[in-house]
Amino acid sequence: MTKCELAVSVWPTEPWTRDGFDSVRSMQDDAIVVEGLEKSYGSVRALAGVDFAVRTGSVLGLLGPNGAGKTTVVRILATLLKPDAGTARVAGLDAVRDAARLRARIGLAGQYAAVDENLTGFENLEMVGRLYHMGRAEARQRADELLDRFELTDAAKRPAKTYSGGMRRRLDLAAALVVRPPVLFLDEPTTGLDPRSRLGMWETIERRAAAGTTVLLTTQYLDEADRLADRIVVIDHGAVIAEGTSDELKDRVGGERLEVTLADISQSGIAVEALAAITAGEPPICPENVLSMPMRRDRGGIAEAVRRLDDADVDIEDIAIRRPTLDDVFIALTGRSAEQEEETETREEVAA
Amino acid sequence: MSALALTVSDTLVLARRNLKRIPRQPDLLIAYTVQPVMFVLLFVYVFGGAIQTPGFDYVDFLMPGIICQSIAFGGFVTALGLSEDVQKGLIDRFRSLPMSRAAVLTGRTFSDIVLNCLSLVVLFTVGFIAGFNFQDATVGEIALGIFLLLLLGYAFSWIFALVGLYSSSPETANAIGFTLIFPLTFASSMFVPADSMPDGLRQFAEANPFTTITDALRSLWLDTPPHSDIWMAFVWCIALIAIFAPLAVARYRRVSAR
Repeated sequence: MTKCELAVSVWPTEPWTRDGFDSVRSMQDDAIVVEGLEKSYGSVRALAGVDFAVRTGSVLGLLGPNGAGKTTVVRILATLLKPDAGTARVAGLDAVRDAARLRARIGLAGQYAAVDENLTGFENLEMVGRLYHMGRAEARQRADELLDRFELTDAAKRPAKTYSGGMRRRLDLAAALVVRPPVLFLDEPTTGLDPRSRLGMWETIERRAAAGTTVLLTTQYLDEADRLADRIVVIDHGAVIAEGTSDELKDRVGGERLEVTLADISQSGIAVEALAAITAGEPPICPENVLSMPMRRDRGGIAEAVRRLDDADVDIEDIAIRRPTLDDVFIALTGRSAEQEEETETREEVAA
Repeated sequence: MSALALTVSDTLVLARRNLKRIPRQPDLLIAYTVQPVMFVLLFVYVFGGAIQTPGFDYVDFLMPGIICQSIAFGGFVTALGLSEDVQKGLIDRFRSLPMSRAAVLTGRTFSDIVLNCLSLVVLFTVGFIAGFNFQDATVGEIALGIFLLLLLGYAFSWIFALVGLYSSSPETANAIGFTLIFPLTFASSMFVPADSMPDGLRQFAEANPFTTITDALRSLWLDTPPHSDIWMAFVWCIALIAIFAPLAVARYRRVSAR
């Protein structure tokens, strides 16, 4: 499945649109409140004043390219790092001053799949339970429960180093859920997973969210934020550059677009001319053999476009209406693609 | 539960975790059993004939030194384990849990004591087979020597804890341990008498705490007059713990993955 198809197919309803979300925000309603967060590592400014809030029981997607500051935000919220300035409140507790008490109320899982490879799945979960100061019997019972729920019972007695990438992530997530924390931080939960494991992880996260857990997840995958997050905060270079529901962000790039794949690239001029009259915004563009333009249903939509192209004798290979993806949003906001950024950074790392 | 009881409980949970991995990692098991045996055999039978130790059989001279070296490096597994925990992100998990801030390190150093006891059994066994004997040593003196060794091992566990927390990978920890600290053990009276060394090195060896501790062991076990008093050996160990344990705990609070 391509990213585009996936983005469309998982977007059937909008149950998360809440009236007046921003206007009736209060401390009780928000499980996470971040204000003016700043953090520098030496001369590198990782966070340059980040503000956002996450409503209790909702899923917030923190979206941005590598190095945008996502992980730094999570590390501060999970009490692993102290901010230089600003405040972070999680589950009603200050992430710096009440760090010790806060740790009993949060779960952290991430891209590292932090499990002890030499311990079995059961031993890993039992150890985490004991470190949350559960009694031995309780920790063991909880470990069995979680192994069962994460479909790891068969592998419970095997060292985690024999697990597949997907199994490790599930174990890592299970470890984060040992005490049923009201707030869950997931740092790039599916980075490096194969598509099937990724889908499984998504379903698991969705079940947690449905059970009322407040989830903050970071991701550089736009389809992931699209599918899982009620609201999305886009950060880049340590600052929030956009915030809203997936739909709100997409509306900022101008809604739906018509895309026509031409059979003959030499006909692009004729095609652009034929469709110019029914554009909903700027004129059609056709850089390669794919013509693209904003589109509104009330202008006759796809049928009208096909009729006009037919009248102009343009051969078309494919015609489709495409909802904008979050990648389009990212490009519109920053002038570059999220994936491009990543490649640039990799090259810089290699050069260094 | 009080804070102290929680620290003890967390320490034991993590010490258990560290010990469980030993039989599952054959390379570690080999490090604790085969390696000390090989060192004893190499020194006694390969170098032993060429090294002059007036008044002693070489095996008697050597064993306190080689046991001292093995026990000091027993804590190296802590450097490897911690650097691996940092690299793999487990440290982040531990730091996000409502557990004692010191337990990850006290758990490590505590399990090292257990492993060092295992090492001692192996070393004494191979030493006796190679011909080592206590000379005019009371049970109390033998026990005090073993206590000194375990204290030395505990001090080095903290040094290696700090090494592990500053290393970005087990390979780095390995490099620091075996290129910086390991040679220090040779510039001492562990394997050859310091008197036989050239000027400069001899003075260094005489000031080296490894010399102080090895000589204290020889004094306890072989009834030799020590170069410095036995209590200095204990002072060295306690001083090392007093310096490196707080440094390691402070580093742990700030350490992060990557």
